[in-house]
Amino acid sequence: MSDGQGHGAHAHIAPPSMYYKVFAALIVGTVLTVAAAKVDMGPLNNVVMLLIACTKATLVILFFMHVRWGSRLTWIVAMSGFFWLALLFSVLGDYVSRGWVPETMR
Amino acid sequence: MRDAHSEHFPGPIHQPPLASNVDAIQPHDHEELPHHPKLQHHFDDMAQQVEASTLGMWVFLVTEIMFFGGLFTAYLVYRYINPEGFAEASHHLNVTWGAVNTIVLIVSSLTMALAVRSAQISAPPKTQVAWIGATMLLGATFLGVKAIEYYDKFTHHLVPGPNFHWEGKHPAPAEMFYSLYFCMTGLHAIHMVIGLGIMTVIGFMAWRRTFDADYYTPVEVAGLYWHFVDIVWIFLFPLLYLIGGHFTE
Repeated sequence: MSDGQGHGAHAHIAPPSMYYKVFAALIVGTVLTVAAAKVDMGPLNNVVMLLIACTKATLVILFFMHVRWGSRLTWIVAMSGFFWLALLFSVLGDYVSRGWVPETMR
Repeated sequence: MRDAHSEHFPGPIHQPPLASNVDAIQPHDHEELPHHPKLQHHFDDMAQQVEASTLGMWVFLVTEIMFFGGLFTAYLVYRYINPEGFAEASHHLNVTWGAVNTIVLIVSSLTMALAVRSAQISAPPKTQVAWIGATMLLGATFLGVKAIEYYDKFTHHLVPGPNFHWEGKHPAPAEMFYSLYFCMTGLHAIHMVIGLGIMTVIGFMAWRRTFDADYYTPVEVAGLYWHFVDIVWIFLFPLLYLIGGHFTE
C-alpha cells in the first residue's frame, strides 16, 4: 500500500456499497424508461426519456468514472464535450425555424 | 491505511513545499529519491502521472462524444422531418432484446468499476482478473444479443439497400431510420469489440501483478472508455427502441 514517501497515486477509494447504490439507480432508471415509453404522453415522452437517460449518464460520469473526485481540469474537459455537443445539436434550430418568416423557403 | 487513501487528488499542478520548488529548478538526482518503478521520469510523482493520464483519456472521450454526436445530430434532424415514419420503424425493433442489452451493459459497468476498485485496494491478481473477466463476458453477451438482432433484421429485409422491404405507410423514412440504426449501433458495437481487446490486455497485465494501490492507471483509463461506451448505449436504447412504444397502425 502506501510507501510513506508520497509517491502513491492515492485517489479516493469509494466503498463497494456506493457502486451498488449507483447500479441500483441505473437499473431503476432503465425500468422507468421502458415503462414510460408504454404510456402515451405525446411530446412529453421524449422529455421523460431523455431526462432519465441524462440522469443515468450523469450518475455514470460522476461515480463510475470518478469525475466526482476528479480535478477541476477534468471537470472542465468533461463538460466541454457536452458543451460542444449542444452547439452541434443547435443545427436543428435551422429545421425548426423554417417557414417562420413568410415567403422564405419551407 | 484507508485515511491516507481518502484524500482527493491534488490539483493538476502539483504544489510541493517551497523547498521542493527549488529542487525542481536544479537537476533532479533520481538516485537519491526512491520512486515507484512505474513512475515515468517526466512526472513529479504518481499522483501527477495518474492525473495526466486521466485528463488525456477525457480529451479523447470528448472527441468520441463529438464522433457519436454527428450521428445523433443526423438522427435528430431526420426524426424531426419524419416523426411518424421513425415511430413506425422503431416499432419493429425488439424492445426486450434492447432492454436486456441495456441491463447487461449496466452490470458490465458495475463489474468494471469494481475491477478498478480491486486494483485500487491492491486486491490479489485473481480478484482483479475475475472482475475484468466478468466485464468481458458481459461485453461478449451484449455483442451476442446484437448479432441475434442483426440476423433478425437481415432475414426480415430491414437492412437498407436494394433488398429493403417495408410493408408500412412510410417506407423511405423507415429505410432512413434503419440506416441510422445500423450506423449508430454498428459504431457502438465496434467500440465494444475494441473495448474487449483493451480488456484482454488489461486482464493479462492484472494477471502479471501489474496493478496495486500505487499504480492502477491502465485499469482506471480502460474503465473510463468502457463506461463511455455504456453511456452511448444509455442514449441509443430509448432513442432507437422506444419511440414507437405507442405507435398504432
